[in-house]
Amino acid sequence: MRRFVLIAIPYVWLLALFLVPFAIVLKIALSDAAIARPPYFPQFDWAEGIAAFIAELDFENFVWLTEDDLYWKAYLSSLKIAVISTFFTLLAGYPIAYGMARAPEEWRPSLMMLVILPFWTSFLIRVYAWMGILSNEGFLNQFLMWIGVISEPLTILNTNSAVYIGIVYTYLPFMILPVYSALERLDGSLIEAAEDLGCSRLTAFWLVTIPLSKTGIIAGSFLVFIPVLGEFVIPSLLGGSDTLMIGKVLWEEFFSNRDWPVASAVAVVLLLLLVIPIVLFQRNQQKQQEAEQ
Amino acid sequence: MIHFQNVTKRYGEFTAIDNLTIDIYEREFYALLGPSGCGKTTLMRMLAGFETPTEGKIFLAGQDIAPVPPNKRAVNMMFQSYALFPHLSVWENIAFGLKREKMPKHDIDDRVEAMLKLTRLEKFARRKPHQISGGQRQRVALARSLAKHPKLLLLDEPLGALDKKLRQDTQFELMDIQEKTGTTFVIVTHDQEEAMTVASRVAVMDHGKIIQVATPDRIYENPNSVYVADFIGDVNLIEGTATPNGSDAYAMSWHEGHPPLTVKSPNAFSDGQKCHLAIRPEKVAISSEQPAEADNAVQGRILDIAYLGNISTYHVELPTGAVIKAQTANTRRIARRAFTWEDTVWLSWTATAGVLLAD
Repeated sequence: MRRFVLIAIPYVWLLALFLVPFAIVLKIALSDAAIARPPYFPQFDWAEGIAAFIAELDFENFVWLTEDDLYWKAYLSSLKIAVISTFFTLLAGYPIAYGMARAPEEWRPSLMMLVILPFWTSFLIRVYAWMGILSNEGFLNQFLMWIGVISEPLTILNTNSAVYIGIVYTYLPFMILPVYSALERLDGSLIEAAEDLGCSRLTAFWLVTIPLSKTGIIAGSFLVFIPVLGEFVIPSLLGGSDTLMIGKVLWEEFFSNRDWPVASAVAVVLLLLLVIPIVLFQRNQQKQQEAEQ
Repeated sequence: MIHFQNVTKRYGEFTAIDNLTIDIYEREFYALLGPSGCGKTTLMRMLAGFETPTEGKIFLAGQDIAPVPPNKRAVNMMFQSYALFPHLSVWENIAFGLKREKMPKHDIDDRVEAMLKLTRLEKFARRKPHQISGGQRQRVALARSLAKHPKLLLLDEPLGALDKKLRQDTQFELMDIQEKTGTTFVIVTHDQEEAMTVASRVAVMDHGKIIQVATPDRIYENPNSVYVADFIGDVNLIEGTATPNGSDAYAMSWHEGHPPLTVKSPNAFSDGQKCHLAIRPEKVAISSEQPAEADNAVQGRILDIAYLGNISTYHVELPTGAVIKAQTANTRRIARRAFTWEDTVWLSWTATAGVLLAD
């Protein structure tokens, strides 16, 4: 009985907070847009029964997604932005995590605090702050002109570069923390052993440090990649009109077009796209746990 | 083969190695023995190249090795934690150093197979380090460090993580392997029994200095100082003053009202010099009657008996309050033991049984 209750809690949680909302969204995705309130059709009617209701549902919104190239371009573009920014986050995060793991033990909590500290400020305010830094009259341009590197201000804000900067900045801690925890557990004598057996510092890093922090790298990459794929705030605030991301498309379908069924279809496809990396992520976690046993 | 010349290593204020000069010969099994913090690990890490001496020079085969980084030294080390690469199989661990030498593939295969055979690990070649036992891991670490034919193999407390039985077996295996490969081994240990078993020469260290370097039997029978006598094995130390009494012989007065002890010592002592007599418990005989022809005999009362199975150690309190330990082999069953607690017994030893040491 107790076991049943224990197992039931996560299942009820999943059912109430994931499966039921998903069913509602899926149902809207299968409906037709209508100028009504709520703005879709059919509504469930007790008088006509469930069979008639289901007969009204169809896949035309999903077909529409394949017909208009805006959608698959947006998916592809989101995928590209997510992959590139995950890569840059890893590039920036790994050395930071490495430095933290190599720092004297008494410094580590403070360094960790510094990584987490930005979370204490609202995410929106931090993204707005980047607008102030990156705009044509912003701090970055002023600084670069002052030291004489450039004479004309660079256009960074409202381009994809600004989106990458914003994403890397925002998601950096999600990369640093798992990589750090993998590196911190790394036994220093392994590096010494590698050097003793003929490795230079660099080869020891490639052959020992990187493979042994692999689980951290994978965990961090997924923690960055998955939310970035559906990211909406950063591209809409820092990106330009040519920044195409599926999160933005979704928002516009919902709020500008008021076409809830198409928006729902976009969301369902996005979810299916995300499920694949999430499953891979889970596998990685499981393997890591098995390796530790 | 290895020559340390006035080597000093300081960490800030702390002196880990203090102006040390030693030689280690080829094909030798050399043990560095001392309590933790005595500098033995620092000494070894300097040989491996992970530390550089603050002053002085280290020569390997006549060459100053200070500028040679660890990956270029013909020296390999077996780490205390074994430091096996957890993401590589046993086979790949052993091959790791060989691959760095750009050795042809089939040569690597041959060498790894030979190492697996030497350490009897053939069956475990495909396993990962976490899938094998502690004793097997220890052998993988040994195989890995021997694979590159080092001129010198360093072993940092190699058997510390094994239980006693396995440790004893492994000690003999180590000696076997050392003989087979002809490599010079330097072992660091705080376990004196281990050092005595495996090594051909033992260096006893304390506070960054070498106190004595000698073969195990000389270290045990002829310690050069009270420190070595006390550190190696069990010992009775009797304090007194020496008076020359014929050639090499001394009368040592140790307590008022007791006859002086007769001691023979090759080391010269001046009249009235303070000294210690170090005598091993197994060289003290115990009897119920006063022995007729003993050089030294004292009477006391049995305070405690430590029964160790094969031997028993009797703690005998002398009238002066000093406690002397005497050891006898239990050649008879315990029920027929001659002495028990509170018995008054005689302890006796010959003039040459102990070593007379200066203060």
